[in-house]
Amino acid sequence: MADRKKLTFALMDAPYENARSTTALRLIAIAAARGYDVNVFAYEGAVGLPSPRQKPHANAVHGRDVDEEDHPLPHRWIAALMAETERNGGKLDWVNCGLCVDERGADEAIDGVRRGTPGDFWKFAEGSDNTLVIATRS
Amino acid sequence: MAKYLLIESRDPFDSNDVATYYDLATDLVAQGNEVTLFLVQNGVLPARPGKRSDELARVAGAGVEVLADEFSLRERGIAATRLAEGVSAAPLEVVVDQLADGRKAMWH
Amino acid sequence: MKALNIVETAYRATIEEQDDTIVWITHAMKGAGADVSLLLRGNAVNYAVKGQDASGLAFGEARQTRPPELAEDVAKLVPKGVDVYIVDDDLADRGIERGELIDGLEHVGRGEIAALLGKFDQVWHW
Repeated sequence: MADRKKLTFALMDAPYENARSTTALRLIAIAAARGYDVNVFAYEGAVGLPSPRQKPHANAVHGRDVDEEDHPLPHRWIAALMAETERNGGKLDWVNCGLCVDERGADEAIDGVRRGTPGDFWKFAEGSDNTLVIATRS
Repeated sequence: MAKYLLIESRDPFDSNDVATYYDLATDLVAQGNEVTLFLVQNGVLPARPGKRSDELARVAGAGVEVLADEFSLRERGIAATRLAEGVSAAPLEVVVDQLADGRKAMWH
Repeated sequence: MKALNIVETAYRATIEEQDDTIVWITHAMKGAGADVSLLLRGNAVNYAVKGQDASGLAFGEARQTRPPELAEDVAKLVPKGVDVYIVDDDLADRGIERGELIDGLEHVGRGEIAALLGKFDQVWHW
């Protein structure tokens, strides 16, 4: 049986700020569906992506209540991707950069997310088939 | 010879650096490498035939495989059947395929 | 595994962070044993200019006591064994002369970047 593929992604964008976050999750979703092992090193604003403190809201401009708006919450998408990866025989290992967590007060994260360091990112990269850095921009 | 995946998420109307990235793609091919330039997000905007799409045609003519994310095209109402010369629509799965194959990959 | 960190975006949140976070992570990765090099291109070539001074900011009575020292941070990579490359064409475009730069840099032309990438197993464009 062929070894399971392992990919590492480094992300930097905070939720709701840029299309990069969505594209990154799309890539992870594809890998999850294939049962790959996926590592994510969340740097800077990306440590906010798995925050359970995100809450849905209504949308008065469109006349939608909370349920009708069904506003995306990245932490739910990430939890779903963790489940999807596992269902297909892989694992999504998400590390939040610890200093980035501290300075942003982003110390809450969904289950399955752990705190780490740049050394973890290097270990991820060394142990993966490939690594893609999706950096933020000014 | 190595294989490269260059992902371009920005559009040349917004960032001068995009032209530099296109040049990197052609330079890599000139050095004997195999290169895919995968356009995503606003990076697909010049794939609609227009003022800046000649640059993509030049890149494709130099031997770079130029692909545009199907979802990003649809999101922007750009018909996949009417793209600039040398550009083909492709699913994002291609990026994961090439990552899994070990291509040297950069996101811009 | 040899990796090249490319920095292109400059002065993004460097005051709040008191660092460029990619120059910083390069230091941290090197400290963790990584075989990593740095390429400054685009606006980030300005990081190598001597004499940058971001000191003196105050917000009411809250003062910044540790402003970033970006050129020094880049320079400190060199004795740690990190090769630091800088793109000459990007310097010239911005009117930056070699004499204005810190020591220890390896200069490359824009047309040489493709060949440079071939020396690394991973290229991370931050």
